[in-house]
Amino acid sequence: MAVKSVIEAVREAMREEMQRDEHVFVMGEDVGWRGGVFLATQGFIEEFGPERVIDTPLAEASIMGIALGASFRGMRPIPEVEFADFLWPAVNQLIGEAARVCYGSDGSLNAPVTIRIPYGGGIRGGLFHSQNVEAYFFHTPGLKVIAPATPYDAKGLLKSAIRDNNPVVFLEHKKTYRLVRGDVPEEDYVLPIGKAEVKRPGQNITVVSYGLMVHYCLEAAELLAAEGVAQVEVVDLRTLKPLDTETVLESVKKTGKLLIVHEDNITGGIGSEIAALAADQAFDYLDAPIGRVCGPDVPTMPFAQTLEDAYMPNTQKIAQALRNLAAY
Amino acid sequence: MTQLTNQTDGHADGIAADISRQLPQGITPEDLVDFYRRMVTIRTIDERIWMMNRQGKVPIAASGQGHEAAQLGSLLAAEKDGNCFFFPYYRDLSLKMGAGLTPTQVMLSFMGKEGDPYSNARQFPLQGADLEHNVIQTSNVVAAQLTQAVGYALACKMLGDDKVIFVYFGDGASSQGETHEAMNFAGVHKLPVVFVCENNAYAISVPQRMQMAIGDVANRAEGYGFPGLIVDGLDLLASYEACREAINHARREGPVMLEMKLERLMPHTTDDDDSRYRPKEEIDAVREKDPVAAFSSFMLEQGYLTEEQQEEIRAQARRAVNEATDAADAALPPDASDLHKNVYAP
Repeated sequence: MAVKSVIEAVREAMREEMQRDEHVFVMGEDVGWRGGVFLATQGFIEEFGPERVIDTPLAEASIMGIALGASFRGMRPIPEVEFADFLWPAVNQLIGEAARVCYGSDGSLNAPVTIRIPYGGGIRGGLFHSQNVEAYFFHTPGLKVIAPATPYDAKGLLKSAIRDNNPVVFLEHKKTYRLVRGDVPEEDYVLPIGKAEVKRPGQNITVVSYGLMVHYCLEAAELLAAEGVAQVEVVDLRTLKPLDTETVLESVKKTGKLLIVHEDNITGGIGSEIAALAADQAFDYLDAPIGRVCGPDVPTMPFAQTLEDAYMPNTQKIAQALRNLAAY
Repeated sequence: MTQLTNQTDGHADGIAADISRQLPQGITPEDLVDFYRRMVTIRTIDERIWMMNRQGKVPIAASGQGHEAAQLGSLLAAEKDGNCFFFPYYRDLSLKMGAGLTPTQVMLSFMGKEGDPYSNARQFPLQGADLEHNVIQTSNVVAAQLTQAVGYALACKMLGDDKVIFVYFGDGASSQGETHEAMNFAGVHKLPVVFVCENNAYAISVPQRMQMAIGDVANRAEGYGFPGLIVDGLDLLASYEACREAINHARREGPVMLEMKLERLMPHTTDDDDSRYRPKEEIDAVREKDPVAAFSSFMLEQGYLTEEQQEEIRAQARRAVNEATDAADAALPPDASDLHKNVYAP
């Protein structure tokens, strides 16, 4: 097994799927000769040609709408939006249209589109290059939402997304692209959509997270173990929608304490739903109030380092919340 | 394609029905009778739907009265071609029914009953997909269908299928950003798309002069690098001829826009009251431009149908619509347990 970065895993997943199935193609801003703003499609136009690697005008509504229309003819488009912050013009086609295609035709039509969206902060991206957008799509029936944390998960889940017959929002945390490296098998593999993974087993506290934050949670769990305070179980959701309620509840019932960590704004975030789930279905097992370490309710993280640091959850903030829970 | 220059007639003014002409290339008298029959049946069911709304049995309907000739003219051209696909919008009853739905299927859809061929009564009438007849209309968000149609055309091109894609929209939708994005992309990639703007001069209550600073939507096509033509959308044969040429052009060279000048004879929907924003004289004048009446006169004057034959066709349409109304009225709505079905595809 070779050690790869997240961006390499993403690139490999797409390249292999395009080699495997001629219906798969990529489209978006700068995906051609530029190879994508993060180089996710580097080398693609040379290998697959401009017919399957389409540089589009700077117009997100049509990127999503055209991808959707192509999917109606049996294609499996992978539209890319350069930054999550630029996604909003495409939202009508994504939430209004794609998410309702199957339901609104009573199953006669479907929309196998995987929209790839680099998201998230901690990279000095300011208000318009840092945003977390997952809650909007998490709320939308008809969509699947994936937010991997590791190269292995990114590749296996992106392949599954491309082969899925539904519209999938595939969220790639920008900070993980080159920061996070890990083993990736050479052979073809897929991972099931809708399955969380216990990234670190523990008996005392459950922490549920996804994306970049999983790595901070793992660091915090090691800190608490080293301090002898608690053994923390880290659940990586991997897929946000459909939510793997079984794995979350199983862990909470085992530990009796739950902390949810995400970078997205706290109000109405994924954590709100997981807290409601635990309160509803694991109430009798809880030994402490459910905790959340999340982005505050400000419009994304500001540009200044001080303000960005103040916004971002990090290992120390998570560790402190875990100590508080352990002491409860 | 010939005659690709833009004209700037005023809206539907100066368009007189030219009834003493040769039949266009490829059209037989049998085609005319066939399409007359479809047109009469569609008008009959359109009027019935409105009536059923007033009886409380059809929750909502957007009448297509005034748009029949444009839609059926395009359908006739597409049928003659044999390899077209349609992305209509909510006022396209004539296209959707003309493409092959039975009166009963249409009434089931309007009454929200099990067996609605488009969405099984999940959506407003005749929205969803009727793949059997090559029609997709995913929603009634105006202009959403344009980028989708362009994507469908892109896919056809990638797969080596020489289909021509018709996408229909109103003058109202022409203001949407997605209309611009769709036409721009189609122009860049020279995709085989016929953009049909059914310009009835009103976006619900907002007249064209408040929607745009120009007289003809077709003029915009030049900005996307393809031709835009003005068509008398109240004349079935004029619409047919324009669409036939447009299909040839689309397949050979790329997109075309056809601005079908026509009239909305009824309020926007059954929930609308057009007397609040249209002067009575205007509404009365518009009714004089009824394309169904014009086609009836044409068929009579050219000797394709006698008055008796026309009356027989109308009577057959009434019987068919009566039977469809009774059947749909007696049909059941979907079971409540259907609520959770097909949120996701397998």
